[in-house]
Amino acid sequence: MTRSRFCIAATATLLFLGIAGCGEDKKSQPAPKIGSGAPTLSVTIGVVAPLTGPQSHIGKDLENAVRLAAEDANAAKISIGGGPVKFQVMAEDDQADPKMAPVVAQKLADAKVNAVVGHFNSGTTIPASKIYSDAGIPQISPSATNPKYTEQGFKTAFRVVANDNQQGKVVGEYIARNLKSKALAIIDDRTAYGQGVADVVEKSATAAGTKVVAREYTTDKSTDFKAILTKIKGRKPDVIFFGGIDTQAGPMLKQMKGLGIDAQYVGADGIQSTELFKLGGDAVEGTLASFPGLPLDRMPQGKGFGERYRTKWNQEVVLYAPQGYDAFNVFVEAMKRAGSTEPARFLPELARIDYSGITGPIRFDEKGDIKDGPITMFRAAAGKWVAVATIGGPGPAAEKK
Amino acid sequence: MDILLQQLVNGVTLGSIYALVALGYTMVYGIVGLINFAHGELVMVGALTALSVIQALMASGLGLPPVVIMMAGLLVAMPVCMLLAYAMERIAYRPLRGAPRLAPLITAIGVSIVLQNVAMLFWGRSYFSFPGVVKVTTYNLGGAAVTDQQIVIVLLAAALMAGLLLIVHRTRLGLAMRATAENSVVAGLMGVDANRVIVAAFLMGAVLAAVAGLMVSAYYGIAHYYMGFMLGLKAFTAAVLGGIGNLGGAMLGGLLLGVIESLGAGYIGDLTGDVLGSNYQDVFAFFVLILVLTVRPSGLLGERISERA
Repeated sequence: MTRSRFCIAATATLLFLGIAGCGEDKKSQPAPKIGSGAPTLSVTIGVVAPLTGPQSHIGKDLENAVRLAAEDANAAKISIGGGPVKFQVMAEDDQADPKMAPVVAQKLADAKVNAVVGHFNSGTTIPASKIYSDAGIPQISPSATNPKYTEQGFKTAFRVVANDNQQGKVVGEYIARNLKSKALAIIDDRTAYGQGVADVVEKSATAAGTKVVAREYTTDKSTDFKAILTKIKGRKPDVIFFGGIDTQAGPMLKQMKGLGIDAQYVGADGIQSTELFKLGGDAVEGTLASFPGLPLDRMPQGKGFGERYRTKWNQEVVLYAPQGYDAFNVFVEAMKRAGSTEPARFLPELARIDYSGITGPIRFDEKGDIKDGPITMFRAAAGKWVAVATIGGPGPAAEKK
Repeated sequence: MDILLQQLVNGVTLGSIYALVALGYTMVYGIVGLINFAHGELVMVGALTALSVIQALMASGLGLPPVVIMMAGLLVAMPVCMLLAYAMERIAYRPLRGAPRLAPLITAIGVSIVLQNVAMLFWGRSYFSFPGVVKVTTYNLGGAAVTDQQIVIVLLAAALMAGLLLIVHRTRLGLAMRATAENSVVAGLMGVDANRVIVAAFLMGAVLAAVAGLMVSAYYGIAHYYMGFMLGLKAFTAAVLGGIGNLGGAMLGGLLLGVIESLGAGYIGDLTGDVLGSNYQDVFAFFVLILVLTVRPSGLLGERISERA
């Protein structure tokens, strides 16, 4: 039974590729997972992000990117270990909730997915990474920037963005040196991401000579910031840094305007989205935000990706779509090199990958962090993010400015 | 000083919105003894309906004056909320009248979840930015920034509350409501149709909720499908703080809670030497509630109900 199915699979492979011999195929290729008559090997890649709730626009962006990547990979008729493969996407919603993350991760582990792109938030990525590690499923987060994620010693945890130690340091120094801030107010949303990046900014700005005059807190579900903004107004800061997400930053900027606060507003990657302009209206103008990567139009293949994304989904890239797309393709590349879709077999290849994605070259250090991740500062001008400076990163593209 | 004034202005504005929503809780509780946990969702539906109408009118290019657009949003939101409140009462609560108190309470929580999810299906999951229909002007009042929007919110809330008090104390319907609240059986014997009175309480609460929904989304510039949950919880707290079942209590409780929250967020750090920060804003508000309830278990203006009754 199994033997005959093998032969069908092998024959189809042979006809299709016209290269490999039947005997070899039998050894290297695991049994096809999908029903008889389909000689293709099915590979399921999970993608986890907040698909409902206040951050769903960012989560959907990621899911869209991974679906686009799967479509492209299927169209390219990739063969792994000599056999054709069909990529499937299993999208799950963690609601940006640290309590939901392990539940969803376990679901993917039980479904025996081959790899996972996700999660979006640091707060969900960290608890989920333990489950993936135990199940031996490789995980690439396209966006979780909290350093803890890769510091737990899990062999399966990777990310394709610079972490907050790198990003926060750059932002803190930018505030102190380029903005010449004397009085800095810091607000964070008490999430692993927001608090993490705010702490690093506080440290590096203080080290560079800026005084922190207020440290305030909100939540990732709040809409009323008037009380903390009023308190901050009393401390007369020249720069306000917010560690959090665009969902809060938009109304916060509006409320700042209403209270007549004219300090320079600075955020990190959580607010560097196209959605911020919808949420904050004209109050967004002049806001600065960092992003652990290159601007889309300066990515090696960013323009083409932006256009294809728009054609496919009828919307602009929101935030981390390019990273999500690359994360998927890094898995594909590792599988190709290992000649296997089994996590245990392609994981070593993943660790020493050298892949040229649309966001730039991707290589991992021994912890699983991306090597030489660039960080770009953007300024909001007339409803668009304009890159003002790129710090770090490999290659000449980053050194232009 | 100007900072204190600013926090008070913020607090009073927020408090007026809480008060409007709290009235909806307290009216229904006063008459049927039911805590309608789905009341917060009425605020959400009101906000999103008004938002949809306003967006459509702005996109229509009719060039209507901003005040007309806002009024149109409100005038559509009100009947939608009233219809919803009526349906809620008729379908979910009336069949359970006379059932043990736990049953309608759980039903109310269920209704709340259903409404949230229906709204999510209908309006989607994203946050809506409230369109800038009216240009907000900021005035300087003794160092505090006061917007015309805040003034309108406080005045409109005050007018609505005055109107409600007039209805309750000066009309036949109000008399029937007060009678039913006091003793529904006796009121029934006197020819008061309890069902009509209860529906009236739900409808009035719905109107206030619709107005509060428009206010809160315009004020903070944002609306989304689960905005009703936290707002409802806070308004319920306000109603309990003032003494649930008491109209004046809901108003006082709402204003107090708004001011306490503002001052709490603004000064808790200074008071505790930055040991506790503004992240304890909500904790502080609930702490005050607990403190008040320990001293006055029936709330600030609530009447002491003897255990035997």
